[in-house]
Amino acid sequence: MSIKILKYIFIELVRSRFIIFYGIFLFVLSSAVIYIGHDPSKAVVTMLNLVLFIIPLVSLIFGTIHFYNSGEFIELLLTQPVDRRSVFTAEYLGIAFSLSLAFAAGTGIPLVFFGFTFPVFLLIITGVVLTFIFVSLAFLSSVMNNDKVKGIGLSVMIWLFMSVIFDGIIFIILFVFSDYPLEKFILIFTSLNPVDLSRILILLQLNISALMGFTGALFRDYFGSTAGMVTAAILLICWMIIPGILSMKIFSKKNF
Amino acid sequence: MKNLFIISAVFILFLKCGFLFGKEITVCSECGIKTIKEALDISQDGDRIIIKSGYYREHDLKAEKSVEIIGESFPVIDIDSQGNGFILTKENSSVSGLIIKNMSASYVKDLAAIKIENTSKCKVLNNQLLNTFFSIYLANSRECVISGNTITGNAVTETSSGNGIHLWKCRDIIIENNRVSGQRDGIYLEFVISSLIRNNLSEHNLRYGLHFMYSDSNAYRNNTFISNGAGVAVMYSHYIEMTENHFYHNWGAASYGLLLKDITRSRIYKNLISENTTGIYMESCDKIIITENEFSGNGWALKIMGNCSDNILSKNNFSENTFDIASNSSRNKNFYSENYWDKYDGYDLNKDGTGDIPYRPVSLYSMMLEKIPDSIILLRSFIVDLIDITEKAMPVFIPETLADENPRMHKYQYDKN
Amino acid sequence: MIKTEKIVKKYGKIEVLKSIDIDLGEGQVAGLMGPNGSGKSTLLKSVLGLVIPDSGNIFVNGVSIKNKFDYRKFIGYMPQIANYPENLKVRELFKIVKDIRSDKSKYDYELFENFGLGEIENKYFGQLSGGYKQRVTASIAFLFEPEILILDEPTSSLDPVSTEILKDKIIKSGSEGRLVVICSHLVSEINEMADRLIYLIDGKILFNDRIKNLINGSGETLGKSIKKIIQNKIGSDEHKNS
Repeated sequence: MSIKILKYIFIELVRSRFIIFYGIFLFVLSSAVIYIGHDPSKAVVTMLNLVLFIIPLVSLIFGTIHFYNSGEFIELLLTQPVDRRSVFTAEYLGIAFSLSLAFAAGTGIPLVFFGFTFPVFLLIITGVVLTFIFVSLAFLSSVMNNDKVKGIGLSVMIWLFMSVIFDGIIFIILFVFSDYPLEKFILIFTSLNPVDLSRILILLQLNISALMGFTGALFRDYFGSTAGMVTAAILLICWMIIPGILSMKIFSKKNF
Repeated sequence: MKNLFIISAVFILFLKCGFLFGKEITVCSECGIKTIKEALDISQDGDRIIIKSGYYREHDLKAEKSVEIIGESFPVIDIDSQGNGFILTKENSSVSGLIIKNMSASYVKDLAAIKIENTSKCKVLNNQLLNTFFSIYLANSRECVISGNTITGNAVTETSSGNGIHLWKCRDIIIENNRVSGQRDGIYLEFVISSLIRNNLSEHNLRYGLHFMYSDSNAYRNNTFISNGAGVAVMYSHYIEMTENHFYHNWGAASYGLLLKDITRSRIYKNLISENTTGIYMESCDKIIITENEFSGNGWALKIMGNCSDNILSKNNFSENTFDIASNSSRNKNFYSENYWDKYDGYDLNKDGTGDIPYRPVSLYSMMLEKIPDSIILLRSFIVDLIDITEKAMPVFIPETLADENPRMHKYQYDKN
Repeated sequence: MIKTEKIVKKYGKIEVLKSIDIDLGEGQVAGLMGPNGSGKSTLLKSVLGLVIPDSGNIFVNGVSIKNKFDYRKFIGYMPQIANYPENLKVRELFKIVKDIRSDKSKYDYELFENFGLGEIENKYFGQLSGGYKQRVTASIAFLFEPEILILDEPTSSLDPVSTEILKDKIIKSGSEGRLVVICSHLVSEINEMADRLIYLIDGKILFNDRIKNLINGSGETLGKSIKKIIQNKIGSDEHKNS
């Protein structure tokens, strides 16, 4: 049932000015980065920074606003003989797919045209995974707040926390406890944040010389191993699924 | 003049025929003389020993006369883990065209495939040394040439392996066109003066590709050092010329393209230093001129410790390094001028090719990394950008003087020789 | 067709529905009236499953709707506001609901045609006026020939002609044996179409009776009768309380 609804939600979103603008924006940006950088691996590094900055922000804000704006449409769907979970899934996947498509096309076409390498592939995959994660967080903040302003506020806070505050906390821990052997702890702590985890995963693929030092070697040993890769994948999937399921639970019991 | 010509012609003739300057001794399995040892025993000063192609299981071959030992079609000398290979102790001796292999490690003796001790004007030419401990070992000798040798080791640990070309207390030595891999140090010099090392390739050695200790007034040019455990180390030496070398891909926890410790009055010119964890690391170095080098794709192009002073860094290219300069000190006693920095975002209003505002090559994050190496985990995160931008806008921690006042707008195109 | 038993709904501390009992059968057109905040919408939404009551039971066609969604195939719903995704075409919205109710293959296109929606079928929702949006939702509500119709302020943004078309359709549906529940502010509209009136105040049913009985041959308008009844009831309530 979700798929029939999903199809139209997806079509509707792909037509929307925002998604088109988002795709074109990323396309121009990555083309410019490649044009200036000349080297695909350098382009990936620059794109990585942009991707880690833009995707969570756009997914959260757009996901939240879209959810509120779809209120009446969702109500109409819910008065049809259809399960709430199907409606929720369709809405979630519709947004996640359309944002992912805009990202993958906007970033992927110039990068792939320039040279399809494993880091490029990983960057696109990571971008898509981050989109799914942050749309699911956007939905969580939407279903938790009936007030649109509060919902958007919470989404902005989530973004700020994941992108800035969390890393700030890591910095403070590193400074305060600089006399202790913290590598393992910091490694585990950092990988709890999907933005940091994605960043580290891609950086390790790019053979950045600065990461070949002692601490970097430790990170490579950890994330380079099969166990590390599997752990990272599981963590990212958890970030996608747990807020998603949580918000679906709330959505199923919500009063419209 | 005419007389001189005639004398030379006669000299060459005699040399060719070998009359006056000694006889030729041939060693082969079907010959009268079947072992090299036998040949060396009967040899006189000035003799040539021709070793025909074949397999010789011999070791500790002492040449106490001035002899030329020449391999024809690469005969194989198998030391079979039984001590040294050749030991030359008389001037004007040489070893060439041999394959010497299979030595075992010694923790007591410096066993070597070709050893030259207490003599001069010896040559080691075009040999292939496989699986040896120390390969070519010179002690207390002068005016020797080591050229065209290929040394292939399979070193596993530093203690159980020897150096490829090892010089101790030597002078006026030329080391050229050799290829060394899989040893402890590719080329090692201790108490060596006025020697020249050129056109060598030293790669995949456990420790350093080239290692200087207490060796003054030497030069190394046009060498390539790739993927050595810790790069090239020049320590406790003065007046070293380092020109047109390629330091590449030395990656690891304590890895450097070039490590300089207690070096003064030296010159680093026209080198290509690319993709190393740290391009050049300098500790207690004074008055070094670093110019027209290309630093690219390194983690840190240059780390200068606080105890370095009066070094000059000018007209170099810095591109695609994660960090350009790092220092553990908040004081700067070195000079930066007219370099090209790809991270420079200033402007050039008068179009003279020089930026109008200074470039500060040390970022706050790179200074933090010196104090807290674990913070590398935040590399390329948003907060690091924020920190660096803030420091750029309001410099507090980074020394004001650590700046290139005349940064170039465009990359230098050095003419490659 | 629709039966509720003691349904209670609280939002925080505010009790929006205080034990509501109604029982509506086929062939009725019931008007639902009451001041703002009296719980009309909550009551309708409870039946539709949009609001989940804290306690009590709701039966549609004799079956409890708790944790079910299939019963909604019997219901056609016309919401008051219809701001649907602006890049969705009218045709596509019809397609979505048809896809959801794929068990139906026969559609009632009467309203669609009478409203002239064929002309705007390929337009995006973002391009439609309020009147057209409401015409679309009305046609969707009647599209599947549902046994129960729930209409929330159905004529609020309709032009006079469309209003008449819809009214005719509602009256016709009642006479065809469907149950129609209309939530409205307009007494005249209720008077015109409904045969029963449920009046809610403060989360409780003030009265629920046939309109015929409310007027009771007094010759007064429905509005006047309602006013009188409210004054009587509340007055007597106050009397009782004191």
